[in-house]
Amino acid sequence: MVRQAVRQRAVELGFSLVDQTKIITAASELARNAIQHGGGGRALIDVITDGTRRGLRLTFEDHGAGIPDIGLAMRDGYSTGGGLGLGLSGAKRLSNEFAITSAPAEGTRVVITRWK
Amino acid sequence: MEKIPILKMRSCLLVSIQVDMHDRLAMQLQDDLTERIAQTGVRGVLIDISALDMVDSFMGRMLGNIAAMSRVLDAETVLVGMQPAVAITLVELGMTLPGVRTALNVEKGMDLLEASIGADESVGG
Repeated sequence: MVRQAVRQRAVELGFSLVDQTKIITAASELARNAIQHGGGGRALIDVITDGTRRGLRLTFEDHGAGIPDIGLAMRDGYSTGGGLGLGLSGAKRLSNEFAITSAPAEGTRVVITRWK
Repeated sequence: MEKIPILKMRSCLLVSIQVDMHDRLAMQLQDDLTERIAQTGVRGVLIDISALDMVDSFMGRMLGNIAAMSRVLDAETVLVGMQPAVAITLVELGMTLPGVRTALNVEKGMDLLEASIGADESVGG
């Protein structure tokens, strides 16, 4: 399960409890998106360094239908899956850096970073 | 199969979520709980989430649904024991759980439920 793996890495890096909770929750949102909309995919967890800063970078890739309008998909409350439409926008708010790329019929890739 | 136990105490149902919640388990809880409310005719439901280290939008929606369904079945729901880090994350995520009553711990939650059930009964005669 992605959640447990992310927590373990966040604890190893010495993230505060609030930061751990934020990155795990963001991971949970993005993993659910990849499963529901992308038919499943890959999740990568990387420990990254920038000077003296260390952080956790999570990559979620799926090969689903892709997102035709990313601007619309990022809006709070917009959902095609019957949910609350907080997954993408919420994951962005819970991260320090957020990048999304998507191509129709190829899939979606979301990369988030949380610094310690 | 994994299941979250529902206990009946006086006129309330008690649920303490002690396992890592996954989507199927949350759906199961929603079904079981509404079933038990209808069966027992309780007026209050107390859900303890002190052991949960995260609540994402799906789980938040599930908890909101449970509160709304209970209300339709004439029972009040109180959510207790949310960890501070979970509260911070949930609000930043964009979820403020409107319509869900909360209390800091089980004891305060029980007080709240008993007071609201008691008040209802005295008004209703």
